[in-house]
Amino acid sequence: MAERERDSVSGTETTGHEWDGVKELDTPLPRWWLYIFYASILAAVIYWVLMPAWPIGNGYTKGILGFSDRNNVAADVGALRSARAPMYERLANASTAEIAADPELQEFARAAGESVFGDYCRTCHGAGGAGAPGYPVLADDVWIWGGSLADIEHTLRVGVRAEHPETRMSMMPAFGRDRLLTAQEIGDVTEYAISISTGRERLNPDRAAAARGAAIYQAQCAVCHGATGAGDRTVGAPSLNDDLWLYGGSREEIRRQVELGRAGVMPSWEHRFDAGTLRALAYYVHEMGGGEPDPPPAPVTTPTAAPEPTQNGQPSAPLR
Amino acid sequence: MTKVTLIDTNARADEHGIDARAVNSKEARALYKKREQIYPKLAHGFFRNLKWAAMVVLLGIYYITPWLRWDRGDGRVDQAVLVDFEGRRFYFFFIELWPQEVYYITGLLILASFAIFLSSALFGRVWCGYACPQTVWTDLYIYVERAIEGDRNARMKLDKAPWSVAKATKKVSKHAIWILIAAATGGAWVFYFADAPTLFRDIFTGQADPVVYLLIGVLTFTTYALAGTMREQVCTYMCPWPRIQAAMIDKDALSVTYRVDRGEPRGPHKKGESWEGRGDCIDCRQCVAVCPQGIDIRDGDQLECINCALCIDACDEIMKKVDRPTGLIAYDSYANLDRRQQGKSSRYKLIRPRTILYGTLMALVAAFMIYGLATRQTLDLNVIRDRSPPFVRLADGSIRNDYALKLINMTDRARRLQIEVEGLTGAYLLAPALEIEGDVIAEAHADSVTNVRIHVVAPSNIGAGSHDLRFNIRDTESGEVATSESAFLAGSPP
Repeated sequence: MAERERDSVSGTETTGHEWDGVKELDTPLPRWWLYIFYASILAAVIYWVLMPAWPIGNGYTKGILGFSDRNNVAADVGALRSARAPMYERLANASTAEIAADPELQEFARAAGESVFGDYCRTCHGAGGAGAPGYPVLADDVWIWGGSLADIEHTLRVGVRAEHPETRMSMMPAFGRDRLLTAQEIGDVTEYAISISTGRERLNPDRAAAARGAAIYQAQCAVCHGATGAGDRTVGAPSLNDDLWLYGGSREEIRRQVELGRAGVMPSWEHRFDAGTLRALAYYVHEMGGGEPDPPPAPVTTPTAAPEPTQNGQPSAPLR
Repeated sequence: MTKVTLIDTNARADEHGIDARAVNSKEARALYKKREQIYPKLAHGFFRNLKWAAMVVLLGIYYITPWLRWDRGDGRVDQAVLVDFEGRRFYFFFIELWPQEVYYITGLLILASFAIFLSSALFGRVWCGYACPQTVWTDLYIYVERAIEGDRNARMKLDKAPWSVAKATKKVSKHAIWILIAAATGGAWVFYFADAPTLFRDIFTGQADPVVYLLIGVLTFTTYALAGTMREQVCTYMCPWPRIQAAMIDKDALSVTYRVDRGEPRGPHKKGESWEGRGDCIDCRQCVAVCPQGIDIRDGDQLECINCALCIDACDEIMKKVDRPTGLIAYDSYANLDRRQQGKSSRYKLIRPRTILYGTLMALVAAFMIYGLATRQTLDLNVIRDRSPPFVRLADGSIRNDYALKLINMTDRARRLQIEVEGLTGAYLLAPALEIEGDVIAEAHADSVTNVRIHVVAPSNIGAGSHDLRFNIRDTESGEVATSESAFLAGSPP
């Protein structure tokens, strides 16, 4: 090879390539760069020996350090669990009053509850307990099965229409689909239901139809929903005397519910979560805004079959 | 007139036996050139002493500050100056800043900028010459180098000499001490971020956080590299300030200047010879020999010059020896060079529109900061409205919105705060856990942010849409109030 041309300014050899009089310098790599490059190659080889590196068939080279991200994550999760275990245990054994007096426990319950709620409950009940048609709003002050911390926790444990032996169970007949009432009767009882709700100003019920529907309501609905529509939490009958509707508040939607008697399902969480997590979840839901104080420790009496028209259809006092 | 050759880049020995060559002079600078080692000679005189004093004071401040104690009450670190990232606080003696008050740091940076503008307009690059960490640590490193390898000539000889046990011993001990200083530099830095005595023990017992060791390691490396091996290259190639200085220095700014009018024509001078018809510069090159930047000040002001004034000391020493007045190289201005060439006398104008402006701006920023610190709020409120659900309809038809209140208490005692809401007709607060005799009262913990969940209920007739409302928190003792605006959302009926 002929002697290569040297650039007079830099003293560096050129590659011999020339484009319109512009020549390319063959500047050697800077030493520091070259040494780092060699060191990187060496580091890569050392890495192959120490760490998991090369795929082989269905496996891979494990490396002599036995490093595994999967194991590390499992260890981290385990460490976190054991670090939080004492708090969960305290929570599980704390009464409502004890939680109320312990800001640290509240903070923990709220954070733990929010996290579990996000994973398991939010899909149906919405972020922050916003609810969705057919899925109860948890942030309001209306409860189907009771809004005290104990009630909420019990509902979580046994579920609603779930496989748990003690599950919360209620069934509304499908008055239309099963032909228990005629279309005319369903229309009348719908007008009556509207007339006893605070939605009456909004929906303007037909007075004549409502008057006809009153008798049907007392015969068919009052057993569970109460003579005044106050509902009955012991049987899971929603209140009808407000303007909050689980399956929608338009006339058509209310009528449709009388026809179909739809009822949702919530799983029982008793075997999914430990007692501490259940308590945290109940606390979080209770704190969404509609939580009610625990009822005074009185023996719970099962309601008699005969529905007595009563003013205090709700077991616990209103919030304010 | 004799024609003056300003620089001879070839090494040559002059009558003082000094091989002084300005390796960084304009003529010696080439595009493709390896760095040439500079061997600054030790200067003696006022400015050298000033630089020693500055070094002791500045290094003293740097190393001692984190060890100063300041009583901050229980549960907190009693350190006078502390940047507490974990606790999100900045402590400076009696001042305590929270992250949202970072604008005080901004104010401090603005103040520092104006200070450097003002000092540049008055005395040129005094920051570079005396106070810049690069200068201070380089000076310290050269001090060590000189103590081990000797002064300029000895060092040059040592570097040229073949390797021997003696040479290796000197080189190894020099670098070892440099690395020790570097490690102490990085080691002192970390004390600003944690309780110094605790961290000191933890570092040596191996219990400190890995980040601490990493930080010490990085700063050890940078100190060693920048002050030990890179030196003047940092100023010339890495630092932006030499480029900015041109805008900061005007004709009247004092900077280290070779008085051409007095020095030229230069030339060697034998004892007893007449000084008639020639300049005072005897071309002894002492100014070049002492220069840590490797330049010749007689070429005029140049980018590489950090105004360390060591050439003034070197020249004054020679001037005394040859019995001429000192100050051939001195702090002087371009204006004076011109004036003297026109036969006028020198005039020093320190008070100029530029310096008045910088000084006024500094005073303004300082006054603004002092006012801010003196009237600093110790109570603050942030309100975050829950977005999901946007609003909740209650059984009686009323509408509820939920809010997370952050009660910010910047004092070191717990405070009882009454929470109020206003601006929304018929609305009331609902916070079962906080209600005391009709008032909503929350306890804000000392020196922290307390989170409180609050519900606001408005009557059903409020109307759909967004409504403005305002939260107040009122200290039940002092009456201090903090306010935050928020919104209340309501929807149309189902």
